[in-house]
Amino acid sequence: MSLELDAHRTVTAARGRAAQRGLTTRQAFADRAFRVALLGATLLFVALIAGLFVELVHGSWESIVAFGAGFLWSSEWNPVTNHFGALPFIYGTVVSSAIAIAIASVVGISAAVFLAEFAPSVVARPVSFFIELLAAVPSVVFGLWGLFVLAPILSSTVEPFVQRYLGFLPIFSGPIYGVGLLTAGLLLALMIVPTVAAIARDLIQAVPNELREASIALGATHWETATRVVLPSARAGIIGACVLALGRALGETIAATMVIGNRPAISASLFAPGYTLSSVIANEFTEATSSIYLSALLELGLILFVVSFIVNGCARILMWSMLRSQGRRA
Amino acid sequence: MQMIALATEKSAPVEDVADVALCARSISAWYGSKLAIRDVSLDFRRHSISAIMGPSGCGKTTFLRCLNRIHESALGARTVGEVLLDGTDIYDQDVNPVVTRRRIGMVFQRPNPFPTMSIFENVVSGPRYTGLSRDPRELKELAEEALRRAALFDEVKDKLDDPALSLSGGQQQRLCIARALAVQPEVLLMDEPTSALDPLSTLKIEELMEQLAADYTVVIVTHNLQQAARVSHYAAFMLGDADRVGSLVEYAPTQQIFTHPQDRRTEDYITGRFG
Amino acid sequence: MIVGARLAPSRRASGIAGVVLTGFCSALAAGLLILILGYVVVQGWGAINPAFLTQLPRPVGVSGGGVANGIVGTLIIVALGVLMAVPVGVLTGLYLAIYGRGLAAECVRFLAEVLSGVPSIAIGLFAYTILVQPFRHFSGLSAAFAFMILMLPLMIRTSEEAIRGVPTAIREGALALGLPDYGGVIHVVLPAARPLIVTGLLLAIARVTGETAPLLFTAFGSEFWELNPGNPMATLAMQIFRYAISPYDDWHRQAWGAALLLILAVLVLNVGARWALRGGAKRS
Repeated sequence: MSLELDAHRTVTAARGRAAQRGLTTRQAFADRAFRVALLGATLLFVALIAGLFVELVHGSWESIVAFGAGFLWSSEWNPVTNHFGALPFIYGTVVSSAIAIAIASVVGISAAVFLAEFAPSVVARPVSFFIELLAAVPSVVFGLWGLFVLAPILSSTVEPFVQRYLGFLPIFSGPIYGVGLLTAGLLLALMIVPTVAAIARDLIQAVPNELREASIALGATHWETATRVVLPSARAGIIGACVLALGRALGETIAATMVIGNRPAISASLFAPGYTLSSVIANEFTEATSSIYLSALLELGLILFVVSFIVNGCARILMWSMLRSQGRRA
Repeated sequence: MQMIALATEKSAPVEDVADVALCARSISAWYGSKLAIRDVSLDFRRHSISAIMGPSGCGKTTFLRCLNRIHESALGARTVGEVLLDGTDIYDQDVNPVVTRRRIGMVFQRPNPFPTMSIFENVVSGPRYTGLSRDPRELKELAEEALRRAALFDEVKDKLDDPALSLSGGQQQRLCIARALAVQPEVLLMDEPTSALDPLSTLKIEELMEQLAADYTVVIVTHNLQQAARVSHYAAFMLGDADRVGSLVEYAPTQQIFTHPQDRRTEDYITGRFG
Repeated sequence: MIVGARLAPSRRASGIAGVVLTGFCSALAAGLLILILGYVVVQGWGAINPAFLTQLPRPVGVSGGGVANGIVGTLIIVALGVLMAVPVGVLTGLYLAIYGRGLAAECVRFLAEVLSGVPSIAIGLFAYTILVQPFRHFSGLSAAFAFMILMLPLMIRTSEEAIRGVPTAIREGALALGLPDYGGVIHVVLPAARPLIVTGLLLAIARVTGETAPLLFTAFGSEFWELNPGNPMATLAMQIFRYAISPYDDWHRQAWGAALLLILAVLVLNVGARWALRGGAKRS
């Protein structure tokens, strides 16, 4: 009996408090604190990105003032005379990334078409899984493999073979070191293939079935449907994926450093060693003795940042516009 | 048939103003720029069960959601009008909607227990996180009472710590009712509470409603005519016009509406000529 | 197209060739992964022994020793990075999910997407100018700072999607009880979103564990035990890099061993994250 009375009393007490409805000051404060915390975190995030840009500009200011726009097309990189120019690195970055994206886009899109359109799911699922796992491998491990496996294969077998038959072309001429622009390009290709393949596969799968059925109904084969109807309809997004992958290749540092040969010179041959923007920063930053040296390296970092920002921005806009247009069609 | 919005109030005859627990005046609501309901006014008598019925798309759920200010939580949604709870307009600028929702509880069409919580945690989530009570013993007692009022206690008293999702659909809905009751509301809004349940659970909840009316003012939305006839003391009929804007057609004690409807459209709906 | 009884042989042939070629490309990509993994396992397995896992590196040219300080250093730096990235990332994701309508919010999302493509070395440079230069020495903390920035885009995007993914019915259930905003979010919505957020965190950790470039001038490296993040610290990734480009065979061997450790950690995190995602999806 007394227990029941007790329970009744506590519930009545609770009801009494409930009757005095109102937001306690503590709750109102907590509500506001919550909103402030969320907004604060967001502003902090934006501040970090802004700070990134500002610090890079601030750090490269000395070099910008000293060398001006000529920095971009001067090929002299001399820490002794403190004369710096970015051209060899821009060349190395562009060439290795171009090789990478050329190979990766072909292989990646082909793989995506196969996995999305032709492969039975028994095959498609594990293969997709493996390709995505490739994206998870750390770049230093790629570099290690590239240095001890890929480069020797290229220097002992592939590159002499190519030079024997195509050595008259300037891009295949010159001494063979194993490390060089071609090696870096191939390694980068391997690293960015998953990006292209995964995104392209998702985009192809998202193409509405009505399109495929319409094509088949007209008498096209499965292959013709895939290449002439499905693929073109996903074109903008796939290009966006390739641009995204290009952005990754441009910024890749460690793997490229380990196989590019680290020579700041421009050479016509793909077999020759080169240097990328990120590699020179990686290699020489801790050795930079003078402040102008450091500033020049920071300016290279700024170039990398701006280029990747633009490239990624374009990629996102391309993919976003494709999603929009598909939404409208569907 | 062109529906003309009726300007005159169609509230049920109420003897004593103090008998009115909740009073909605000229409620109009929008989803973005689309008007959904126009000028709906209803008085809900204390300790009664009122049913709002009508074909789908007539705006009855929209209206219900205006009664506890949940409608405006959707993106771009807007409400105009007054809802008086014991004389105070809950849409007044000085009134905090969060506090209002503790006095006007809601049970939804599909049971929505919080998935990461146990049965007990679900029931006490209201009192605990609205600051009503932190004392574990008090919470236990509140939970037991709420579960008893929801006619669920005997079925779950030995497994209060089991996940809420382990209950059947009907039990989950009664759990949601218990959860709403634990906050000690004065009014309970129920949006088609049995439409997602099997007939047996439906029956149990209908029996429950009669008991609930003793302590709370209940407003239910239902598209099931028989349920409205069985369960409610007062019934309101809403209808959407050619532009799909809903408005109130008729409101009267249930027996009257089902035997002598005043409006032709009500009669058509009740006799099944459309709906 | 001429409607005939049989398919022209050239169309048939090109169809078959197409499937074969694209199939070959898929096999190539997947096969190369297996090749690389296999190589690391074969080369690195011999290097892994208790000494390798528990000892400090030996001086230049002397064989033997281990990468224990690298393992510990990596753990400490990643843990610090996570500690910094989770609050900022989840809270920002929360903000975008709850209040994120309009141009400003879209800009923030766009920034997060673009940040995910910025080269990690540029982020390392930022960490250097902010946390190394003013104090004139390298530190594990500056590396953790760089890691935090690297993890933020993924954390923000995952958190926002996770919160948005919580069904409206649940959110409205909390709202209808009269829970204040923060109460509903903290006690009801966040727990429901937790599996997805944890998955995103695991993937972010996997991404960042393998990063080397920013470490080169933030943590810099060390030959000794170092538990104080205010000092330079060794990390597994940097040890692999330094050993690989050195001329010593023994260091090459150790590089493969460390690479095996690193790949194992990254793969376990990735597979674990995907498995958790599938498990969570099955439950709901």
